Amino acid sequence: MSDTHTSESSGDVFDLSQFHGVFYEEAGENLTSMEALLLETDESNADDESLNAIFRCAHSIKGGAATFGFQDVADLTHVMETLLDRLRRRELAITSGMIDTLLESGDVLKHLLASRQSGTDAGIDCTELVARIGAFAHGTVAAAPAAVAPVAAATAAPVAASMTEAPAAASASPAAAPLAPGERVLEIAIGPLDQPRLADNVVELFGEIPGLGTIEPSDDGKPDAAQTRHFRVVSTVTDSDLLDLFSFHVSREQVSIREVGAAATAVATPVATPAATPEADQTFGLFEDLPEPVAAGVQAPAAVVVAAPKAEAPRAADRAAPASANLESSTIRVPTEKVDQLINLVGEMVITQAMLAQTGRGLDAVVHQAMATALTDLERNTRLLQEAVMAIRMIPMTAVFNRFPRMLRDLSGRLGKKLELHTIGEDTELDKGLIEKITDPLTHLVRNSADHGIEMPADRIAAGKPEHGTVTLAAAHQGGSIVIEVRDDGRGLNRAKLLAKARERGLSVSDSMSDTEVYGLIFAPGFSTAAEVTDVSGRGVGMDVVKRNITSLGGSVEIDSVEGQGMRVSVRLPLTLAIMDGMSVGVADETYIVPLASVVESIHMTASDVKSVGGTGRVVEVRNEYLPLIRLDELFDVPRSVEHNGGIMIVVEAEGGRIALLVDDLIGQHQVVVKNLEANYRKVPGVSGATILGDGRVALILDVSWLIRRVRH
Amino acid sequence: MNARANAVVNAVVERPREYLTFRLGEEEYGIDILKVQEIRGYEQPTRIANAPSFIKGVVNLRGVIVPIVDMRLKFGLGSAEYNDFTVVIILNLGARVVGMVVDSVSDVMELSPEQIRDTPEIDSVVDSSYITGLGTLNDRMLILIAIEKLMGTAEMALA
Repeated sequence: MSDTHTSESSGDVFDLSQFHGVFYEEAGENLTSMEALLLETDESNADDESLNAIFRCAHSIKGGAATFGFQDVADLTHVMETLLDRLRRRELAITSGMIDTLLESGDVLKHLLASRQSGTDAGIDCTELVARIGAFAHGTVAAAPAAVAPVAAATAAPVAASMTEAPAAASASPAAAPLAPGERVLEIAIGPLDQPRLADNVVELFGEIPGLGTIEPSDDGKPDAAQTRHFRVVSTVTDSDLLDLFSFHVSREQVSIREVGAAATAVATPVATPAATPEADQTFGLFEDLPEPVAAGVQAPAAVVVAAPKAEAPRAADRAAPASANLESSTIRVPTEKVDQLINLVGEMVITQAMLAQTGRGLDAVVHQAMATALTDLERNTRLLQEAVMAIRMIPMTAVFNRFPRMLRDLSGRLGKKLELHTIGEDTELDKGLIEKITDPLTHLVRNSADHGIEMPADRIAAGKPEHGTVTLAAAHQGGSIVIEVRDDGRGLNRAKLLAKARERGLSVSDSMSDTEVYGLIFAPGFSTAAEVTDVSGRGVGMDVVKRNITSLGGSVEIDSVEGQGMRVSVRLPLTLAIMDGMSVGVADETYIVPLASVVESIHMTASDVKSVGGTGRVVEVRNEYLPLIRLDELFDVPRSVEHNGGIMIVVEAEGGRIALLVDDLIGQHQVVVKNLEANYRKVPGVSGATILGDGRVALILDVSWLIRRVRH
Repeated sequence: MNARANAVVNAVVERPREYLTFRLGEEEYGIDILKVQEIRGYEQPTRIANAPSFIKGVVNLRGVIVPIVDMRLKFGLGSAEYNDFTVVIILNLGARVVGMVVDSVSDVMELSPEQIRDTPEIDSVVDSSYITGLGTLNDRMLILIAIEKLMGTAEMALA
């Protein structure tokens, strides 16, 4: 941090707002982590590692919140920490009621932080929640509010309370309680220090480790003339153990320990009961020692003084937990704008390289041998660079899958069904942009399975199935695509019911439709065979939106089912939106790109191959099938000087349909960088995007799905 | 009503602002210099099917696809020739980047509020609600346009 930080003395309000962004991100991650850990916790057999990890999450958030004066967050996390501390020390056994309450607190925290971030008022009163957690922490579940209040008030007291209140607030029991056996009071001097801040790291480290005791600065947070910090410590730990601990941050020679025996009066001595230690810990006894002017002053400076040692807290917390810190340090957090910028620039380079390659082809290879070699090298390097850069944006599917355990748990409760989630292939990677867009459709599909697919526990048992319904999420790479499946072992789809519903809605269906086509009816707008509309799903607006979202990402979705056994929805997506394999075609003087993925074949043809139907419709026979023929020059109103007959016919396929396109010639096949047309212009029907050709000109990319849909209606 | 609208618009113009001036036919126009990203020569854009005739198409501007609008065609001013002297003003209007073809670009003028007169109510191809005032400089009259507003309208068919 910058050197302005050294003016930690009272009164200086150090501008901490520049660090808010990092705090929000890290707090978000801690909350996600905490939720995941809580969900995984097995009440009958909770392991130390998880409990400690959950504790650390709450602790980190609390540290940052206290630093920035986010009182509501700090208070809530403080009391959560109290409970979690008791749990991790095995003084309390974890119950599902506690887990639910902690999960609820996590939600409230998310809310509070979001409001802070957007500068609005959350308007949430946490007193009841805080009281509830406090009740758990002190082993009195659902205690009368009066009995709980003093404890809750103690733990939730505002940081900059007036001096008289502070001593009471600092300890859960009356101050100046006797020392427990084995506890010693020590005066510890740490210095001389080049960076007095190191001493604060020591304090933080001390607080991290359960059972050590307490440590409070006895020098108001200011180093003395010899650049030495002084602390008062009450602990059962031996001097050499303390030295071992401190040597994480400072060298042993800098530490001197002196036993002073009985506790001095001015300090709110920490009580022997472990439950109290966290509270005393966190206040560091600073309030008692603060001279009047500062404590009585405005909230903000006091918060800063308290927080100043803790300003390093988020960092210190990372360093203080050496084991975990090293594991997490191999990533860098980068804003997505920087990555997108990088991808754009690499995309530009690809285009420039293509232009060079094109120009280079016109040169005599023998005369310009060096140039030709260099261009070949350039092409290879550019391709590798492009692949590497595209890979930066690839994120594992865990980012999508990790919201579902919580969601299923909540749904389980709400629907009264027993639901289990399996995930396969969480490591499969997908472009970040796609991850964001696929989350909503997948959420809807999972809800659908939970709501309509999986039966009530009684029905399942009656059907000879296990009471728990299972929803499986699977992701895998297949060729140039990623396939994501949502499977359930519920009641499956009933073909007859679907056909009946379709007829009722006036859709044209026939009994000869294949199963896939019948199941696909679910995606028709307004289609819902749910007997009743729940607030979870059933309104019939979901599945068609799901399909449209997936299609707009260039993907496809298919349903398979066996009645009585379950259903499987398969979503197929391209690995990335930014680059596509395309076939460039010439239409009069213009060039268009046809997505290679939709091309089935191309055939030379003459005018006589085209037959007309009903005067205006045109069809052409391909492999014993008549396909509608679309002339691209007519579709795009391309000006022509001379009438043109014949040409090349390209058969394309999308959304289960096929058509034939008529163009003048095939120019070539290459990877194109897809550019957004709508950024500065608007959506053009029939065009899904644009790209830049080797000569710098813009070419439009054909929207094959749109075309096939248009032909159908 | 027009005068009142103008008064509201003009109330915003408090201090001297700089305007890029350009010609369309015989008339001189001025737009806020801050909206101008760059000035380029004309290159043949890629045509977009079924677009209005004044939208010539899109061009590649260092990797960004930018639509090109020919103001001469839109407002029927001057003859729409495309030669080596044809100029395209690339506008950066916050939400979008658009290029507009004009006959020629003159200089950047600084106009103080005293030099800007209210627009009289007249019939004009350019809807006078987009004319923020008439700038006077020696003999020249500059028709000052709220270009960002104009480009955002439905008739420009850009959205």
